Amino acid sequence: MTPDTVDQIFVISKHWLLGYVPAMLQPLASAVLSVVPVLLAFPLLFAITTVLERKGLGRIQNRYGPNRVGPAGFFQFAADGIKSLTKEDVVPRDADQVVHFLAPLLLVIAAFLAYAVLPIGRNMVVANLDAGLLYFFAVGSMVELAVFMAGWSSHSKYSLLGAMRAVAQMISYEVPLVLASIVVVMASGSLSTVAIVEAQAGYTATLPHWYVFTPWGFAGFILFMIAATAESNRSPFDLPEGESEIIAGYYIEYSGFKFALFFLGEYLGMFATSALAITLFLGGWAAPFSFMTWIPSYVWFFVKLLALIVFFIWIRGTLPRLRMDQLMGMAWKFMLPMTLLNLFTAAVWHFLPNPLLRWPVCTALVVVPFVVLSRSMKQGKTLQVRTYRYAE
Amino acid sequence: MLGVGILKGLTETARNFVGSYFRKDRLTTIQFPEERAPRIEASRNFPFLVYDGPDAMAGLRCVSCFICEKECPPKCIIIDKSTDKKPDATGKLQFYPAEFKIDVSVCMSCQICVEVCPFDAIKMDTDFELSTQNRFDDLLWPKLRLAKSNEYYHEIHPTEAAAVDADLAAARAKAAPKPAAPVAPVAAAAAPEKGTTA
Ligand code: SF4
Ligand code: SF4
Repeated sequence: MTPDTVDQIFVISKHWLLGYVPAMLQPLASAVLSVVPVLLAFPLLFAITTVLERKGLGRIQNRYGPNRVGPAGFFQFAADGIKSLTKEDVVPRDADQVVHFLAPLLLVIAAFLAYAVLPIGRNMVVANLDAGLLYFFAVGSMVELAVFMAGWSSHSKYSLLGAMRAVAQMISYEVPLVLASIVVVMASGSLSTVAIVEAQAGYTATLPHWYVFTPWGFAGFILFMIAATAESNRSPFDLPEGESEIIAGYYIEYSGFKFALFFLGEYLGMFATSALAITLFLGGWAAPFSFMTWIPSYVWFFVKLLALIVFFIWIRGTLPRLRMDQLMGMAWKFMLPMTLLNLFTAAVWHFLPNPLLRWPVCTALVVVPFVVLSRSMKQGKTLQVRTYRYAE
Repeated sequence: MLGVGILKGLTETARNFVGSYFRKDRLTTIQFPEERAPRIEASRNFPFLVYDGPDAMAGLRCVSCFICEKECPPKCIIIDKSTDKKPDATGKLQFYPAEFKIDVSVCMSCQICVEVCPFDAIKMDTDFELSTQNRFDDLLWPKLRLAKSNEYYHEIHPTEAAAVDADLAAARAKAAPKPAAPVAPVAAAAAPEKGTTA
């Protein structure tokens, strides 16, 4: 088998399987054959991630983490899954039964829908839409609806507070998320995720043409990842959960498998945004060096995805939770100006073809505003002993 | 500048992560069923009945005086006094508990029963592996389950047990020359004041 066959093995086997299906059913069969692997691969990745996360966080805190089920605790996810399946499903008496039931389903469905436009490998995408990026963000905003449905229908103050926080946070960070990804659209001239990956596919010497290796691309990637962390409600932006104050927020009234579905939806959302970050900035399924192209494209995709997941876990083990005003201040006072400036930087990059000129200019355009903004955010925020007026 | 603190934190957590694989002293967790922490002498959870000699039922120190039953704040001790007398470990004729039950689902481990017992017959245990299948019956412990030897008592609370043994020996020595019948009340009166200091 040539490396090319290995690379295309899934595509080839799909066509081979389709040959056995009557012509009339072929569109349907093709859809099923594309969707089912995605429906299997990513929940499996979710299972692996939960174990990795618990073990990683444990090690960061000098603990062992799960180490009982299977070799080195690796089958913990199976035990967790069986446990959540056998648990009682409690629905509050005053809850809006229908909405309460639909919310976790909608969350998972919304997360899965986003995978339709993510190129997992060369020629491996469920639907190559011309406006793929737009579709991704449109589907992604369904998550907010699901979260609010969960919070509202539970008829509990904690749920509602958590849902309000979640929606406020997600909407605030959706703006920088979209703005950070627009630079890529400007550079590649397309909204199609497949075209964006192909625009980054070339190599200069052995180095790839990924957008992350440009000043605006690097800034865009960092901004995108911050916004993605906030979008997926992960630490340090996990205020909607806030165990210490609103005890798990919008899914406090969920138990058993519905609770597990929320987790699944949340992680799938995280994978989807990470995969989008890979597609936009990290060259999608492309190999990082030209001499490594013989490794199949889907392997590269999952390696990059795992790397981002590990980074998410690492961040979660490091940073404490932000306060609500810090969260909002970050979104509107730092992220938004930076992403807007980044659009300008990307335009400058495009219109200054001379590399000797555009590298320093664009780097300055990224670094100077960053320094100025972070200085201004720090203004007047020296740590001091807190004085209480009434509680002395 | 924004982000420097985050980078510092990331290095710190990375050092913890890597270090936990190389330095055993970082991982302080005791893997419970296989490894055990050393027993803590001053710990306590539920009461047990002390017996002397080889036979648990014959050697029980308890004389069924009902003091602990009356003093127990949540009233979780249930005693049936015997109608006859039996010789105890020292050969003296005594009443004994026909039935002695403690409902450990109610017991709050306050140790009051231990403090009030004039005969050093009831002491606190340290055994904590007490899970049961049945929520009701298995937690109402009968006399047979409660009885544990004086050697066991020495094993779990060595200092305290040695003091109790010394007190008991002193009380018996004091009581020995006198005739057998009136001995019990004297010994009973002598034991608690010394017993509480133990
Ligand atoms: S106080 Fe002591 S001797 Fe009296 S019944 Fe209780 S355990 Fe037995
Ligand atoms: S420890 Fe306290 S609650 Fe338990 S049996 Fe003794 S007196 Fe009662």
